Amino acid sequence: MNKKVKQAVAFTFFRLLGLLVVGILCWILGFIVYNGIGVINWEFLSSSPEEGMSAGGVFPAIVGTLWLIAGSIAVAFPVGVMSGIYIHEYLGNRWIVRVIRVMTNNLGGIPSIVFGLFGMALFVQAFGFGDSILAGAFTLGLLILPLIIRTTEEALKAIPDSYRAGSYALGAGKLETIFRVLLPVAMPNIITGLILSVGRVSGETAPILFTVAAYFLPKLPNGVFDQVMALPYHLYVIATSGTDIEASRPMAYGTALVLIIIVLLMNLLAAASRVYLGKKVKMD
Amino acid sequence: MIETKNVDFYYAGFHALKDISIRMESRTVTALIGPSGCGKSTFLRLFNRMNDLIDDTRVSGECLIDGEDIYHKSVAVDELRKRVGMVFQKPNPFPKSIFENVAYGLRVNDVRDKSFIACRVEASLRAAALWEEVKDKLRKSAFALSGGQQQRLCIARALAVSPSVLLMDEPASALDPISTSKIEELIADLKRDYTIVIVTHNMQQAARVSDKTGFFMMGELVEFGDTRMIFSDPLKEQTRNYVTGRFG
Repeated sequence: MNKKVKQAVAFTFFRLLGLLVVGILCWILGFIVYNGIGVINWEFLSSSPEEGMSAGGVFPAIVGTLWLIAGSIAVAFPVGVMSGIYIHEYLGNRWIVRVIRVMTNNLGGIPSIVFGLFGMALFVQAFGFGDSILAGAFTLGLLILPLIIRTTEEALKAIPDSYRAGSYALGAGKLETIFRVLLPVAMPNIITGLILSVGRVSGETAPILFTVAAYFLPKLPNGVFDQVMALPYHLYVIATSGTDIEASRPMAYGTALVLIIIVLLMNLLAAASRVYLGKKVKMD
Repeated sequence: MIETKNVDFYYAGFHALKDISIRMESRTVTALIGPSGCGKSTFLRLFNRMNDLIDDTRVSGECLIDGEDIYHKSVAVDELRKRVGMVFQKPNPFPKSIFENVAYGLRVNDVRDKSFIACRVEASLRAAALWEEVKDKLRKSAFALSGGQQQRLCIARALAVSPSVLLMDEPASALDPISTSKIEELIADLKRDYTIVIVTHNMQQAARVSDKTGFFMMGELVEFGDTRMIFSDPLKEQTRNYVTGRFG
């Protein structure tokens, strides 16, 4: 085989694989949209489940998922960003940093059901939060913490040292340098980590199973100590344990579609803020 | 006036500066020349203690600015760095507007008075010969400027906090000839108000801009004297070989 043919064969192979990946994604999305679009209407989005979840809507679950996204980010974002800053800007490259890095990577590899159990033991029981948004948000927060720490570190690593030197040379301290120069530059990349986390949080079922998710709760929470329904768990419930699973099947697809749309919207929002922040502080 | 007495400097086990004693008068330009790795940049960074940022370094001897030992325990490093400004080899403006770049040093030193800041920004940009070129686009990103303009912006940024000394680490080495000559003219202007120490690889530049020249080699100050003398009739054979380009 000559070079050209070899190249053509290889590229065709890569192209097919690429198309396969895109194809699978489109298939899944199309399947869900096709099956789910039928039940999506204003009532579905704005009312509670009825008749053994075979009618009504998913409003409480949408609200619950939004609560959990907001709550887990409120927990993990400040802690994660500050940890990342501390590790990269203060600890430098000592052995302890390598230990912390290995630990955070391992933390990221722990199955989410383990987080669920841990969250139940610690937040629900030991801290006495009960089954609540608070317990769920902390558990999900722990789950995404490694990701946020890691992206913060990477974002800071990407900033040339000349910025730091320039700032110190003007009499700025470390803290001023971090808040006035480094963080604004790093923020677009940190937001990327946040985008990934939002996708993760809104889709996770195991961590909320024992900490916050309600099987059926047709009212909205009054505060962070209340339980909520959440879309992924609701989907699991109607797909496996409703009173009439066949009758509630369209509801399941509708729920899945709503979940996907929420994740897409969150990603769009985050991507827009990334672009906006990136424009404000362009690196050369 | 800047003075060092028997200064030694070590990077971990490496003896980077050996027993350097020098005296630079106020409102003069001193050029530091020498082959790469000779210690001239390390020596420059002694005076605003930028070497402190590198782990495992050690300095001994005395470093005096206007008679004050800047390595004394009582010296606050950030205060020192306001008095001793620095311009780096590659222009390194912050990813902020032109105005905010110059205002940065004031803001981090807790200056809040808006009209004072605006006033200092204009004065600094004028002193750095950049005002006329940027006065209509102060809110634009500093990255929109050319390399030479960026370097003059960095000079303005250093001037904004009212230093008395300006350290320049090969300030023109990343610039084109026209930008370079602008920087050199600027140095001649700034000499009236500031004590300037400039590290340069460019021998003609040293000859053009400086009053005194120090020649470093392998961590030692081989010769220090009037620039004209260093370049025309140096005392040491090594200096003569270097300035005539016989080795480099």
